[in-house]
Amino acid sequence: MSNQKLSGSRILWECLEREGVRHIFGYPGGAILPAYDALKHSSIHHILVRHEQGATHMADGYARATGGVGVAVATSGPGATNMVTGIATAMMDSSPIVCITGQVGSKLIGSDAFQETDITGVTLPITKHNYLVTSADEVAHTVREAFYVAKSGRPGPVLIDITKDAQQSLAEFDWDAAEPRLKGYRPDLSPEKAEFEQALELIHKAKRPVILAGHGVIGSRAMAELLAFAERTSIPVALTLLGLGGMPASHFLNLGMMGMHGEAWVNTTIQEADLLLAFGMRFDDRVTGMLKSYAPNAKKIHVDIDPAEINKNVRVDVALVGDLKKILQSLIPQVEMLDRREWLDTIRKLKGDSAVRDIQNLPDNGHLYAAHVINDLWHETRDRDTIVVTDVGQHQMWEAQYYKHERPRSLITSGGLGTMGFALPAAIGAKVARPEADVWVVVGDGGFQMTMSELATIVQENLKVNIAIINNGFLGMVRQWQEFFYDKNYEATPLLSPNFVKLAEAYGIHSVAVKNRKDVLPTVRKAEDHNGPVLIDFQVEQEDSVYPMVPAGAALHEMIRRPSPLVETADDE
Amino acid sequence: MLHTFVVYVENKPGVLTRVSSLFRRRGFNIDSLTVGRTEKPDVSRMTIVVDANEDQSQRIMANVYKLVNVLLVDDITGQAAIARDLALIKVKTDQDTRSKVLELANVFRARVVDLAQDSLTLEITGVEIKVNRLLEVLEPFGLLEVVRTGLVAMRRGGEPGFQDKKKVNGRVVVDDNVSYSV
Repeated sequence: MSNQKLSGSRILWECLEREGVRHIFGYPGGAILPAYDALKHSSIHHILVRHEQGATHMADGYARATGGVGVAVATSGPGATNMVTGIATAMMDSSPIVCITGQVGSKLIGSDAFQETDITGVTLPITKHNYLVTSADEVAHTVREAFYVAKSGRPGPVLIDITKDAQQSLAEFDWDAAEPRLKGYRPDLSPEKAEFEQALELIHKAKRPVILAGHGVIGSRAMAELLAFAERTSIPVALTLLGLGGMPASHFLNLGMMGMHGEAWVNTTIQEADLLLAFGMRFDDRVTGMLKSYAPNAKKIHVDIDPAEINKNVRVDVALVGDLKKILQSLIPQVEMLDRREWLDTIRKLKGDSAVRDIQNLPDNGHLYAAHVINDLWHETRDRDTIVVTDVGQHQMWEAQYYKHERPRSLITSGGLGTMGFALPAAIGAKVARPEADVWVVVGDGGFQMTMSELATIVQENLKVNIAIINNGFLGMVRQWQEFFYDKNYEATPLLSPNFVKLAEAYGIHSVAVKNRKDVLPTVRKAEDHNGPVLIDFQVEQEDSVYPMVPAGAALHEMIRRPSPLVETADDE
Repeated sequence: MLHTFVVYVENKPGVLTRVSSLFRRRGFNIDSLTVGRTEKPDVSRMTIVVDANEDQSQRIMANVYKLVNVLLVDDITGQAAIARDLALIKVKTDQDTRSKVLELANVFRARVVDLAQDSLTLEITGVEIKVNRLLEVLEPFGLLEVVRTGLVAMRRGGEPGFQDKKKVNGRVVVDDNVSYSV
């Protein structure tokens, strides 16, 4: 392979192919045109997006659906800056994506040339690493490094900015010689023996332990190990939003989601625990509530691959820094089986108390509640290989509460950054990555309108993506905060939407509106069977709220509960 | 309290920005930062002084390590180390005051690097507090211009810089010249 001269553009695609890339999501433009021209030599399939933000979310969804690296491509200037939201989303959720941007010619850099933006400067704090490539012979090793950095250790987004002349000029291409040379990068730490021993001592002494499992469980592919560890030690498991699917929801030790909209028994269990085992989670403020009163009597063991997460938000007693899967593998044979029936019984009682407030028990009163839509969607799709992609807001929390995820990577959602507009493009990425899976978008009427231009991408690429809009005519989560904390001053939250059915039809997408509970199941079923994308406009109760809720800054057990007996809407109180 | 970090980085464009941007982004205030070449052409060395408590300093180290271009971070706060600040101080002088200023310079072992009719420029090297003191006693004469480099620092003893296996917080973080960014 050595000694053949290729253009920087051809080297770029050649390297991507060797990295296993089959699809890229992008939007062409002046500074990236040489690369686009060279695509004719490549087997990579390019998916034309409608906005570069969509390309990054698609790459992100692609990565999250498979665990591989997603790739997004854009031109310089506005093309590159449009990627910023998607890059920040991937950064916060540790999602491995590589973004490739064109840049003006290297001699023009710094001259404010047409469509010139310092995108490596702009994305410095929101990428794991980034590169400016100004010559064709830097392309190969930069791409190899970028992929390695993106997917190793704590994964994250990497941006490669390639000048137009670096794309055009020729260089020798030698894949083997372009091996990553990263002297300052070492993602394979492991804890010391003494740290393991300290952890084991705490585990064996604990009477009321809880495992807090996060995104790291899925990232490290440690599902089997988590299950084995939990079963062997009889320790119950609470999940973060991004940890959902990391342990089967139906497992008797799985408590469900913790945090701001976690179930009451989960949060109470955490508050009463005497040991927290944090596995691949980062004590985000949405899961801890007020830090001062967080799990006050608990010792804490933190297992994370990122040393910078240790003692960041919560001071821990033992930190095991390294790959979760490997750490659990070495812990499992060393932990003793202990009888924890008393503790599990206590939790079971807490659970019973919450069940009576469950809106699923509300008889059909002619109103359509989002929780019922999600529940029916779950019933209908649970036995298939389904990926649900959610946006951000109330529907996202209802999905997390009522869709019982049994498998990893069956939920894709924007957690850390909370990016509205994420769902539709991310679902496109997921479908491209896993065409054999059923992909459902669950999205609010607000978030949908942020990136709905990607409907055209679905049609152009002939993708079978089903879209469930949870349409309540409000920016629902913000409205809920206004209801609870701002005297119901619904400033700027009532939301006008187009006729979604007609909109979808304009794109050639089959669409139907649903207003009654009894119509949910059959409509979902028909959508599944329909031989193309389907959009369902679920017109739900407008002023329903997500319960329980830990108000921002309150202690984790100080939850606002759904009023009991169950009431229809907040207004009926 | 003030923490002093010695940071070895790959000598590549933009690395200084990555390091300084990190401090800004994580809300840590840099007291001083110096950067320069080392005995190895591909390695640069920074001395960074930051006001931070113990927890924060550990987080600073971990975060600086996360930068792909960072090779080694060494917190030399409270360690046997040599720390030096260099200052150039231009003092207003006349016939009457010149000898007094020279006398003070002598006491502090500051060198005269420029002499003019109405001013005198001193160069002083030392720990920060020594430089501060000299500035204090020169203040009444009138300071026309002062420039300080910020701290440069190095551990005492025969141990080489960043080649060796280093233990930071009890953990071996460097062997074969690699660090533990993730």
